[in-house]
Amino acid sequence: MPLKSPDELEQLRTKILEERKAQGEKKGIVLCTGTGCRGAGASEVFDAFKKALGKKSAIEFKSTCCHGFCERGPITIVEPLGIFYQGVTPADVPQIIAETVTKGQVIEKLLYRDPATGQTIPTEKAIPFYTKQNRLVFGNNRHLDPTRIEDYMAMGGYKALVKALFHMSPEEVIEEIKRSGLRGRGGGGFPAGRKWESCRKAHGDIKYVICNCDEGDPGAYMDRSLMEGNPHSVLEGMLIGAYAIGSSEGYVYVRNEYPLAVENVGIAIEQATKMGLLGKDILGSGFDFSLVINKGGGAFVAGESSALMASIEGYVAEPRAKHIHMTESGLWERPTNLNNVETWANVPVIIEKGADWYASIGTQGSKGTKIFSLVGKINNTGLIEVPMGMTLREIVYDIGGGIPGGKRFKAVQTGGPSGGCIPESLLDLPVDFDELTKAGSMMGSGGMIVMDESTCMVDVAKYFMHFLKDESCGKCTSCRDGTLRMYEVLDAITKGKGKEGDIEFLEEIGWMTAEASLCALGGSAANPVLSTIRYFRDEYEAHISAKRCPAGVCTELITFTIDPKACIACGKCRKGCPTEAITGEKKVPHKIVQAKCIKCGTCREVCPSDAVKVA
Amino acid sequence: MSHKKELIKFQIDGLTVEAEKGQMLLPAALEYGFEIPHLCYHEAVSPYGACRLCLVEVTKRGRTMMTTSCNYPVDAGLDVATNTENVQRARQMILELLLARAPHSEKIRAMARDAGVEETRFRVIEDADDCILCGLCERVCREVVGANALTFVNRGDRREVAPPFGDPIACIACGACVYVCPTDCIKMKEEGDERTIVRWKRTLKMQPCQSCGKPFAPVFQLNWIIERAQLPKDFYALCPVCRKTKKG
Ligand SMILES: Cc1cc2nc3c(=O)[nH]c(=O)nc-3n(C[C@H](O)[C@H](O)[C@H](O)COP(=O)(O)O)c2cc1C
Ligand code: SF4
Ligand code: SF4
Ligand code: FES
Repeated sequence: MPLKSPDELEQLRTKILEERKAQGEKKGIVLCTGTGCRGAGASEVFDAFKKALGKKSAIEFKSTCCHGFCERGPITIVEPLGIFYQGVTPADVPQIIAETVTKGQVIEKLLYRDPATGQTIPTEKAIPFYTKQNRLVFGNNRHLDPTRIEDYMAMGGYKALVKALFHMSPEEVIEEIKRSGLRGRGGGGFPAGRKWESCRKAHGDIKYVICNCDEGDPGAYMDRSLMEGNPHSVLEGMLIGAYAIGSSEGYVYVRNEYPLAVENVGIAIEQATKMGLLGKDILGSGFDFSLVINKGGGAFVAGESSALMASIEGYVAEPRAKHIHMTESGLWERPTNLNNVETWANVPVIIEKGADWYASIGTQGSKGTKIFSLVGKINNTGLIEVPMGMTLREIVYDIGGGIPGGKRFKAVQTGGPSGGCIPESLLDLPVDFDELTKAGSMMGSGGMIVMDESTCMVDVAKYFMHFLKDESCGKCTSCRDGTLRMYEVLDAITKGKGKEGDIEFLEEIGWMTAEASLCALGGSAANPVLSTIRYFRDEYEAHISAKRCPAGVCTELITFTIDPKACIACGKCRKGCPTEAITGEKKVPHKIVQAKCIKCGTCREVCPSDAVKVA
Repeated sequence: MSHKKELIKFQIDGLTVEAEKGQMLLPAALEYGFEIPHLCYHEAVSPYGACRLCLVEVTKRGRTMMTTSCNYPVDAGLDVATNTENVQRARQMILELLLARAPHSEKIRAMARDAGVEETRFRVIEDADDCILCGLCERVCREVVGANALTFVNRGDRREVAPPFGDPIACIACGACVYVCPTDCIKMKEEGDERTIVRWKRTLKMQPCQSCGKPFAPVFQLNWIIERAQLPKDFYALCPVCRKTKKG
């Protein structure tokens, strides 16, 4: 039965909470079955728990979506103590139930071991990966089963909606969002309140709101995790936005490769509709709003706002000129307000806790928190949510646990494929929209790829340019051919064919690509090249003038040799070499026959005494 | 939306000009005799903004940005500069890029020369067929002819214009694309009673004129028009020349 008033919603909430209280503080197991943990085998662990627990209702078993520490998956937490187990397999299940759940005993081998201290850490709260985070938006994932609206209600869900619908005018909602300083989390960082305001003021009876869950940036998965793990928070944000803007129809645009996100948001829409939180006359307020899910085709450029709208209209996902704002003429030429998943999920928090509280987190120009996907050469990879303004150093060393293998930090690439690389000298940069842009990079979607000394920055630029030349829609000469030509020059440089003047040529092509292109893909496509030139020019010069790759990556510019003094003649390299390029026998130092060497680097990896040198 | 004509005033290179609000900047400037190079714009079809040659610098409410003029709607108070140093720099490089795609196109070489570009520093694309992906053929076929015989396929540097699914079945061989293509890379030939659009690999039999006997247009095209316009079946019995003489 649909709820007809805020009172009925509160009564339902009270009922859910009382039922839960009556059951007492249950012993419970929380298993993450988000996409990351599923990839590590969480589905099998889920089945094992289900089987082992049977209908024993004394133990509450909850399956949630992503907690962020995917690298350690499948993750299991035993409540009420909050014991944190990582890498759980079905074979561990009986022991977890018998020892930890029943007797409160900790199973040492399943605990997280801090790479810095070598100590095991029994509870989630004490793990450094989590302690420095501020999980305003992402934190609830860990507490709720996304397929149960009751879980969301028990945590205070849809309170912000009631506050907006019954205690605030649309203008007051917009004012609140403006005052909170919320900026779009999808890339551009445009102030959300201002966007809403211009859409509200635009002429037209029919207006649309859209949620952008395209997330075409490879390696980023915060939007997916939010959509999978807490879809109601996104719906609630969209409801509040639609009310403020004066829209009664919305779209959730999810990429096809995210089946679980599609499924969970579908379930959430169905449940919310049943309860009367979506549909006509929501909670008796007179406000109508309905939502449709739209599955996207998958190209990176489809996430760009005008391309996304073209795709919803049934055309090829190709950007169009936006000299008239989308908020005036967007989807089907009607006023349209598009925001990113994370942007929407911030909205209920702001309405509930107030703009002032929200604006107390973050920096002057960037308020609140941001979710990043931290990957690459770093000890703790995963999704992290931190207040704006945290320094790169804190992110890399305190949360990320530093660089593995005693290697030296070299750069962090932020902002997705068209972001830039930030060097060690800027590790104390406070991470927010404006500082990242000033440093020649960008916030983008929130990707962070950490690179260590074994990374060649010219090769990195080439890698991203390869991606971008393939993913440019190909419409503009400047972007299509600019990215292609930057790639060609970079490719030549990494192959020892670089010429004097190539750096300046790259700068020139980069400038033109950024200035002359139609959409922000072309507008930002030169970042990987220009930022690496800005901070690692010497590396470019070494490739071009000395035909040398200082990081030892570009195969055409390096040779592998074995230091006879360091060689212990173990033969490991000889056995490992795929082309039999290594000669030697017991007690005789080994040698590499250069003509046969394909520079795969296997010998260097397998050598136990670091005798293989690269130059 | 109401279509009341509202004339607004703005500046191009210091001259005050007048245009209908919402009209695109490029045609407005061309009307006043400003020379802005352009390749993917044609007044018969909607603007597309692909070649990026028609760049200008526009200052609006104190903020200056470089933008293409073919798809920029004019507004009161704009200050447009058509030939700044930045515009020239970007345009020159775009012409270099186009030269490497369309090395045989006389038109592009002439445009490049006008902009001070003699040759391209870029590797000429292998088997360059001179198509610069301006999309005029696709638009004219869809918007003017209505045959929808062409589409863009693939992304990035693999993009091309082609009949959908590689099959030119919808092409009526009218030759509109041949006419609009700025680089002359769509060739049409007529041999005997057959017309071929070479680029799209479409060959159609032509209808002979009932009076003079000369083949004058593809049968498929004539039937297509008859069907769409609900004309009498024998509407195109005569070629245009004979028709004129009969009438006159
Ligand atoms: C090439 C390209 C890809 C983009 N992909 C995404 C995406 O996957 N998700 C997203 O939210 N925004 C993406 N954006 C940004 C959107 O165009 C748009 O600015 C954003 O969705 C607006 O929401 P926000 O203001 O809440 O950030 C992309 C932009 C470009 C240029
Ligand atoms: S800038 Fe690139 S991605 Fe954007 S419209 Fe132009 S070609 Fe397409
Ligand atoms: S064939 Fe000609 S008209 Fe068509 S896109 Fe290529 S250059 Fe433009
Ligand atoms: S004429 Fe404007 S972009 Fe081609």
